[in-house]
Amino acid sequence: MTTTAPEHLLTADGVTMRFGGLTALDDVGLRVDPGTVVGLIGPNGAGKTTLFNVLSGVLRPTRGVVSWKGAPRSGGRTHHLARAGIARTFQGLNLFPMMTVLGNVMVGADRLARGGAFSLVSGLGRHHRDERELRERATAALERFGVGEHAHRLPGTLPYGVQKQVALARACAGEPELLLLDEPASGLSGHETAELGERIRELSKDMAVVLVEHHMDLVMDVCDRVVVLDFGRVISTGTPEEVQADPAVTRAYLGTSDVPSTGPDDGNGDRR
Amino acid sequence: MPLPVRHLLLAALGLAAVAGLLFVTGDLTALRVAAVGYTMLAVAGLQLLVGGSGQVSLGHGAFMMIGAYTMALLVLHQPSLPLAANLGVIVAVSVVAGVAVGAATARLHGPYLAGATLILAVGLPGLAHRYHQLLGGSNGLNIRTAGAPPFLDGLVTTSEWRALVVWTTVVLGLAALATISAGRLGRRMRAVRDDETAAAMAGVPVGATKVAAFVIASAAGGLAGGLQAYVLGTVTPGSFTLVLSLTLLAALVLGGIGSLWGALWASIAIVYLDVWATDLARAADLGRDVENNLPVVFFGVVLILVLRFWPLGVHGALRDLGARLRVAGSGTSS
Repeated sequence: MTTTAPEHLLTADGVTMRFGGLTALDDVGLRVDPGTVVGLIGPNGAGKTTLFNVLSGVLRPTRGVVSWKGAPRSGGRTHHLARAGIARTFQGLNLFPMMTVLGNVMVGADRLARGGAFSLVSGLGRHHRDERELRERATAALERFGVGEHAHRLPGTLPYGVQKQVALARACAGEPELLLLDEPASGLSGHETAELGERIRELSKDMAVVLVEHHMDLVMDVCDRVVVLDFGRVISTGTPEEVQADPAVTRAYLGTSDVPSTGPDDGNGDRR
Repeated sequence: MPLPVRHLLLAALGLAAVAGLLFVTGDLTALRVAAVGYTMLAVAGLQLLVGGSGQVSLGHGAFMMIGAYTMALLVLHQPSLPLAANLGVIVAVSVVAGVAVGAATARLHGPYLAGATLILAVGLPGLAHRYHQLLGGSNGLNIRTAGAPPFLDGLVTTSEWRALVVWTTVVLGLAALATISAGRLGRRMRAVRDDETAAAMAGVPVGATKVAAFVIASAAGGLAGGLQAYVLGTVTPGSFTLVLSLTLLAALVLGGIGSLWGALWASIAIVYLDVWATDLARAADLGRDVENNLPVVFFGVVLILVLRFWPLGVHGALRDLGARLRVAGSGTSS
């Protein structure tokens, strides 16, 4: 999937987000290039989730501009972003509980259907072909994430690990150009996390990925670039190696001059 | 097979079944069969709204009233228009009303939406009194529509003809509702019902989808009201009160909210519980006041009993039974 002129897929410039008197984000800049994996890390309360919500269009920033393919993203509503090619997963998965796994993923693919309003209401015109294509895409996405056998189950009847794969399949079924992953490794075992890392690497061949993650092993393993937030500011950005060597990051995480550990349990970064 | 084709075939089957039923039963039953038909269409529309898109409306009876009065006014003032054209106009008027109400209430959730639509159910019958000249006040409007065409003389009675006209319209309406429900739009509605944020993030236009559900339900309700006016030949504000809206909603829950079959059980319950309760009151010689109120009590008791023992309604219970029989069948065969 080649984008036209601009080299950056998504850029955020001078993004500031205030909730009443609290400044959650302060002049944050970020860029995401096609086919790269960008990790967003920082201690608890650093503003990762807020930035994530701004990038995915759930929140509108107080100040600053988020550009998509070089054009400032106007105040469009959330579903316009999906139409433009941005998909996300949620920390709480947010699967549709009363719909089958296949139905969930077909909703994710819905943006690719080409029939207009008439076919939508009447079931005539392209509707039949659209439905067949959506079902094929959804089935392929489920197979890709190894959960094809559960297509006709309700999400609530499946183990958490499987539900996470379904959520990923739903986000990817629409063939987005940018995939935003909110804590994809939370609740997964070490083995599953390793698998997830490979999967993200594979996905990044087709799309850019931004992930918020506490799990440092995963971040350092899969990310091309890492952005570190603290108190709503970007304190460091660069390759995983550069960030790990940055004394500002060490200070933010530990308050001392120790190098940040890359162990899975140290990522939660409680500030002392 | 594309959805519209499949549902039209099922509609033809359904119509054949109703025609067979009319052939077997007598002339008096024909009016009740017609009543089950238009009630089913109204409940099916409500089902798409409540079960499909998760919006609870207490104003569905108001849309039936809009349809019924549109039919009466058309017959009185444009007598040359054929019935099919009247029905088309009714759908158009209901759609406009549905867009107006739906767009105003699309941002409301749960109890707030129910409250807003409640105003509609309470307020609209008042219009008949306010515009007494046009709408006939509490006496309503009386209309006379054509009976069976001459070439069918002696073959079908006027009541049977009306029942067939109603059911032809109803099965077409049901086929449209089933097609929407099983297609992309229905899936979008269920996604919005289950999780608005996730649906929006998947590219589903949440507001537009909710309005679409509201408008489709309004069209079904309006069409049902128009058919009712056609069958009964009279339209009064007293038959479209809040009680009607609440009865439709309660019957939907009783029938089972997830499937069109639920709408069938619901409409049979609405029509026949009323008939049986009235018969019972007459047989026991209970007096006028009791006779008038017994159907409501009867309905309430049945609703409580059904939901106590079958929380998913009649259709849910039947489906459970079917599944259990299948398991038992496969258990003995293996």
